[in-house]
Amino acid sequence: MVARPSLMIPTLLMPLFFIVSFTGAFSSLSRLEGYGTSNVHNWMAPYAALQGSVFAGIGGAASAADDIENGFFDRLLLTPGSRLPILLGTAAYSGLRSLIPTTAVLLASTLGGLSLRGGPMGLVCLYVATVGMAVVFCLLGLTVAYRMRTMRSMMLVQVVGFSSMFMSTGQVPLHFMEGWLRVVAGLNPLTDVLQFARQGFLGPLAWSTTWPGVVALAAMVVVTGLAAGRSLGKMAP
Amino acid sequence: MAGPGLVTAARQTAELARRSVLAERRQLLNILPGLIFPLLLAAVYSRQFSRALAMPGFPEVDSFLDFILPACVVQAVSFGATAAGTELALDIENGFFDRLVASPVARFPILVGRLAGASLVAAIKAAVLVAVFLAFGAEVKGGPAAVLVIMAVAALLVLAIGGVGQVLAIRTGSQEAVAATFPLVFVGIFMSSAFFPTALMSGWFRVVAENNPITWVIDPTRRLVIAGWSTGDAIQAMVVPAAIALVTVSLAVRALHRKLGRS
Repeated sequence: MVARPSLMIPTLLMPLFFIVSFTGAFSSLSRLEGYGTSNVHNWMAPYAALQGSVFAGIGGAASAADDIENGFFDRLLLTPGSRLPILLGTAAYSGLRSLIPTTAVLLASTLGGLSLRGGPMGLVCLYVATVGMAVVFCLLGLTVAYRMRTMRSMMLVQVVGFSSMFMSTGQVPLHFMEGWLRVVAGLNPLTDVLQFARQGFLGPLAWSTTWPGVVALAAMVVVTGLAAGRSLGKMAP
Repeated sequence: MAGPGLVTAARQTAELARRSVLAERRQLLNILPGLIFPLLLAAVYSRQFSRALAMPGFPEVDSFLDFILPACVVQAVSFGATAAGTELALDIENGFFDRLVASPVARFPILVGRLAGASLVAAIKAAVLVAVFLAFGAEVKGGPAAVLVIMAVAALLVLAIGGVGQVLAIRTGSQEAVAATFPLVFVGIFMSSAFFPTALMSGWFRVVAENNPITWVIDPTRRLVIAGWSTGDAIQAMVVPAAIALVTVSLAVRALHRKLGRS
């Protein structure tokens, strides 16, 4: 990331594009009764930040997929010692990467009138959620990369990431949704993470919004971590 | 003399268009995201924005699905529009272009052949999307004539966007450079009236959306879907991408002449 900062450009530009286009196109939604806030930036900024962190996570996994394709990963597997640091290092790198798009989205949204109603702890919730999501999608990406051994396979993870974010309460509250989408968004763990990340921008923090998000994040980290560890374990040195 | 020359050029264009269509058919996996992503968008938006239909300023429409149909067609088409440019760049990279230029093929069909093939695929994609929308309860109030206009708009948009891709392909000879134009098209679609009416936007975003050529294409096309047939709307929907296509394809032809003049 330091040697090739240009690699960060898509991770940075996509969430900025999301925040500009979503707040611009859908600004009038906040005039609807029950939307949850009269400032569309308070609703969309955490969503754009989480989208950015999903891409940051997948980007971290993509760097591992690149190593697999160019043969560096095979040399890494031949080195003595545990394979766990390979996994943890990439996940930590992805979590770190996510700080950049999150901060960029916050700065851009502040220009648009973003307000932190829940105090500094609201900001902590957002950063915990975005780092967590980056780690989850990095681990998911690594699971796929270790099995398929191609950079191209990251497209699949991108589709999963984009679709799962899309079918959550990203743009409107759950009670605005109808039919199958309401069911899917209600069951989608990313909805809990979004509510946890967003709460500080909508009002005071509440434990009832915090714990489902933290549990959903922890569960996703554990499941994707186990899956990635298993895929890595099966890779021949 | 011009008669047989034109017939030959038309035959060569048709043959190169056929090659382009066959290449797309062989890579069906490349076409699928262009169909699936807009359909997913339509499925989600139609279930989450229904409350917005009652807002003052929102056009009178039976469902959000009707409203979003033209946007989905434009988005689907944009996925394949840069393909005409990237394929030309690939031909330049792998040397096929040089063999074409050395052969007795006229210059114009080298460009138009590719674009014609991509346009045909775009029109088919538009028809497939409209059929899926109709199956899920959407209604095209303008009837079959409006569907034909939608297909024509899709084909013309590919010419317009593909022309830009071809200019870049000829100038850079790099697939990557051409592919880099795709996000710009994507941004252009989002910053238009594609997903929400401009009447409900505000500030600088509204100014950008109102002056975005994609809005000038989508709005009349949308009126054909949600309000009914209007010859004026049909003409506007087709004239805007046709005019842009005329400019971009002319630029591509000029770039080709310059390139061949240098070599």
